[in-house]
Amino acid sequence: MRRLSWAPRLSHDGNREVKWTPTHIPEIAQATLQHLGLSVGAVAIGLALALLVGVPSARRPRVYAIALTACNFVFVIPSLALFALLIPYVGLGTKPALIGLTLYCLLILLRNVVTGLRTVSEDVLDAADGMGLHPIQRLLAVELPLALPLIVSGIRIALVTTIGIATVAAFIDAGGLGTIILSGIDQNYTEKILVGGGLTAFLAIACDLALSRAEKSLTPWR
Amino acid sequence: MFTVAFDWILAHPTLFNRALERHLTMCAIAIGLGLTIGLGLALSIVNSRRLAAVAVNGVNALRTVPSLAILALMMPLLGIGIWPAVVALTILAIPPILLNSYVGLRDVDPTVLDAAVGMGMTRGQILRKTRLPLAAPAIFAGARTATVQVLAGATLAPFIGGGGLGDFIAQGIGMMDSARMLVGAIPIALLALTAEFSLGSLEKLLFTPRVGK
Repeated sequence: MRRLSWAPRLSHDGNREVKWTPTHIPEIAQATLQHLGLSVGAVAIGLALALLVGVPSARRPRVYAIALTACNFVFVIPSLALFALLIPYVGLGTKPALIGLTLYCLLILLRNVVTGLRTVSEDVLDAADGMGLHPIQRLLAVELPLALPLIVSGIRIALVTTIGIATVAAFIDAGGLGTIILSGIDQNYTEKILVGGGLTAFLAIACDLALSRAEKSLTPWR
Repeated sequence: MFTVAFDWILAHPTLFNRALERHLTMCAIAIGLGLTIGLGLALSIVNSRRLAAVAVNGVNALRTVPSLAILALMMPLLGIGIWPAVVALTILAIPPILLNSYVGLRDVDPTVLDAAVGMGMTRGQILRKTRLPLAAPAIFAGARTATVQVLAGATLAPFIGGGGLGDFIAQGIGMMDSARMLVGAIPIALLALTAEFSLGSLEKLLFTPRVGK
């Protein structure tokens, strides 16, 4: 088989003991923080965009259908391919990673923002109008608070998805836990793969639990 | 840049075709295996609440492990080449198929099952003639999600020596050659989009409820 420079090299490492992790805690912590920062940043930007698009399109089914199709289009493209498509325009590093990850979580966030806003019943909106609320007041004081549980659930799903995909960002020099997995592949060092993959899974589960709890506390009546 | 990428494909048809063929083979085998294993597991857990809870929680935990780590872990276990990649992609395909099939099979209207029992159907007949057909839309939806995920995962196969279209992206990143990246990225994106939209329309065609029949 043709071997390329980046292809994995097999070494005779047999049963190496766990010795890399204890001596590289700062490096691991930095990668974890970078990973979390990248994922949270992408979801935050995605949420801002989803609100910007979702609020005006919630009561306009046709606009919403177009926005949803566009987001789904991006969502389907495999992450590495999407990053590769962005690199010619924005170069390597954090920038394409952040843009790519933001585009990924857009579908999930938009769907939940709009579904949340749509659960607010017409009667409630009528009552708000009857009280003389300005449309912006109505949005901030009535619609968004009522949609909040679904929006938070969207943030949760988006964050868990993004944390998984963010490992791929290591290929385009954006750092994060993928870097550890990648160097584990290059050096055939199983421990690194386990640490990188395990910490990613742990981050995803921790965010999932924290946000499910937030979701529950927002809907105490359920 | 797009024309450069296109010219490269025209200049190296064998390289490109080999990568494409390998990509599609990997994905097809993984989806086939994933469907068999996922559906098999769903059928074996659907009648036991405890087994189902174990399987659903297990699969949900598996889902939080990033696909890159699953692929990477195949290397120390199985070495490099196409088969470790196929095994990893199969593992990626199982969760959506298993969860969807399980929910589909579980949520069949119990009155329908009662009617089937009342008609004197055997367990096998109930499965083949009522449960599976009624769960088919959910199973199909699971297979569709799995297909898109496997196509995405296959992009990462070259990093464990599995080959495929992701090879060109990896080469492009290595050489900082944008055109080479596009040689991989554009077909991969088109493949995923074609799969998603053709399976989506097939789903509509097959499972749209026929009203007034």
